[in-house]
Amino acid sequence: MRCPRCGGVVHLRIPQSLEKTSAYLAAAAVLYVPANVLPVMHSSSVLVQQDDTILSGVVYLFRSGSWPLGLLVFVASVMVPLLKILSLGVLVCMSARRSRAHPLARIRLYRVVDFIGRWSLLDIYAVTMLVALVRMGALASVQPRPGALAFAAVVVLTLLAAQSFDPRAIWDAVDAGDPRP
Amino acid sequence: MNEAAPAPVPLTPVIGGQRLPSVIWLVPVIAAAVGLWLVVHTWLEQGPTIRIRFASAEGIEAGKTKIRYKEVEIGNVNAIAISPDRKSVVVTAQLSKDASDLLTRDSKFFVVRPRISGGTVSGLSTLLSGAYIAIEPGSTGEASKDFIGLEVPLVVTGGAPGREFVLHAQELGSLDYGTPVFYRRVNVGQVTRYSIQPDGQGIEIGVFIDAPYDRFVTTNTHFWHASGVDISIDANGLRVSTESVASIVEGGIAFQDLPDLPPAQEPAPAASSFMLYADRAQALRLPDRHRQPFSMYFPESLRGLSIGAPVDFRGIVIGEVKSLGVEYGKGFSRIRFPVEVDVYPDRLWSRSRDGGPAGPDSEAQSRTIIDQLVAHGMRGQLRAASLLTGQLYIALDFFPDAVAASVDWSRTPPIVPTLAGGLGEIQDTVGRIAKKIDRIPVERLSEELSQALMSLDAMLKGSQALIGQVDSRVAPQATRTLAEAEKTLKEANAVLTERAPIEKNVQEALKQVAQSARALELLADYLERHPESLIRGKPEDPR
Repeated sequence: MRCPRCGGVVHLRIPQSLEKTSAYLAAAAVLYVPANVLPVMHSSSVLVQQDDTILSGVVYLFRSGSWPLGLLVFVASVMVPLLKILSLGVLVCMSARRSRAHPLARIRLYRVVDFIGRWSLLDIYAVTMLVALVRMGALASVQPRPGALAFAAVVVLTLLAAQSFDPRAIWDAVDAGDPRP
Repeated sequence: MNEAAPAPVPLTPVIGGQRLPSVIWLVPVIAAAVGLWLVVHTWLEQGPTIRIRFASAEGIEAGKTKIRYKEVEIGNVNAIAISPDRKSVVVTAQLSKDASDLLTRDSKFFVVRPRISGGTVSGLSTLLSGAYIAIEPGSTGEASKDFIGLEVPLVVTGGAPGREFVLHAQELGSLDYGTPVFYRRVNVGQVTRYSIQPDGQGIEIGVFIDAPYDRFVTTNTHFWHASGVDISIDANGLRVSTESVASIVEGGIAFQDLPDLPPAQEPAPAASSFMLYADRAQALRLPDRHRQPFSMYFPESLRGLSIGAPVDFRGIVIGEVKSLGVEYGKGFSRIRFPVEVDVYPDRLWSRSRDGGPAGPDSEAQSRTIIDQLVAHGMRGQLRAASLLTGQLYIALDFFPDAVAASVDWSRTPPIVPTLAGGLGEIQDTVGRIAKKIDRIPVERLSEELSQALMSLDAMLKGSQALIGQVDSRVAPQATRTLAEAEKTLKEANAVLTERAPIEKNVQEALKQVAQSARALELLADYLERHPESLIRGKPEDPR
């Protein structure tokens, strides 16, 4: 089917939606491990040199008393990507099995995931800013570590997964299996 | 639903979409590969985990203390635990991959605790960042993961070329591990170890001199403490001398060849021993090869004379006081105080003026010289080094007028004759004067004095009367006499000024004298030319 005006190909559904989504999700899930295990940032000053993972940063924030901030970072950087991968996985699975259970809840879940996903890049933003700004030679410097790359890849892949998931698939199953009267 | 819906159209994209799965599944495959690579890479980067046993974990913190080799961080302390036998602590450390070949069975670990070290940036960072664990890699190839840490820091040479020497000193002073060693103010080495000698009679210090400077350490070399600042005021003004700012803070050792000796023979062999002198002046003094003890008996008190006081020969220190003693005669009738001194005759002979052999060859010759010196009047004398502190020193000086004396070689040590002098002599003299003053009968003298004064008074009165007589009787007559004398003188003047008879006669007489002189001159002239005329008479005029 082509667009009568521009001639571009038009699809009724996002093509290969479930396949793409599950591929992206698989990649994100694989990279989620190094993103949390490997250090994202290396900071060195005259006194201290240390590598920080996201979790060690959260632990530091909790220990130093600013637990609201620690909670925020934990939720945005650790929980959200994980929940995103899990919920998208659930959505994909159910759609693949043409499940007809709770379509309304599933579409809401999808909307939340789509909305919340982009905020996870906050960490990468913070690391990028630090690397760019803290350049005081021998006194202090911050360098990115491979974990940051993995973390950014996780976030981007979950965004792509959310985008490639076609929510209409939820209703397709409902329509196909049990056409409404 | 039936208005012209073309059925075959959707089929076409489905066929096109069939190729997609293979492409999209590349994404998780790549992600997995990247993820795996990251994990594997990190895992490979991780080096061995080692356990080091220390007596105490002072300054070591889990997660913070680093392990360094040549100031490069090669690991991190993970955990500190107390050993099962509770006698030591076990430090578990994670090293980086490339450090694994440093870990052999004889590798040594020790804690470098913060100290002001050389004032360098690395030293400063050590000071601020706390202790770290340093490693001196071993040489055997056998790998190991359990080590026993050293309790004293080792200076890491890491197989650097150079040689170690041993210094002997009385005290450690401000030296420490890593204290720099200077050669002509260049840092050429460091202190690697120190220990008290087994007999407790001094300190043994190991210094490592880096190549190529180690060849400057010869058998002639003397080492000295270069710690601190040496401020001296002399005829040239104020002089401040120090090796480097760092050595002010943490001390240092300097070395140099003796300047007076012929320059360096071959370099000293490794691990050879040297004395560590207290300062440069002491180190570079010519060695005293020969020591000659003497004893002296001084007539005055020895208060102010301390052991170690210099024996001075006209300004040159040639020895020092070794001991002060007491000697009783029979029945305590006589108490003497022998002063034993050590004299280094080399310090005298080396300045021998005629450039002959630098000193006597034999003991006998040395005795003869000392005998001669004493025969010429050399005596020992106590002199005050400072009137303020009352410190005394022994001066050897020549007193040609002194009572003849000689060295008593029969005693051990030989006795050198002395003279009372210096402060003691002044004291004696003052004492004698005071005694004489004491003997003067002041009361009788004052009586006599008052009588004398009275008679003087009477005499003055008498003379006053006499003067009065002179005034009234003698004066007019004298005036008259003076007037007459004046008149006589005037007449005499007139006679002299008339110029006439006497002067004229004198002038004529002088003229005649001149004429006769001329005639004599002619005669002498003639006689000179014709001496024969004295015998033969004047020859006839040829005309």
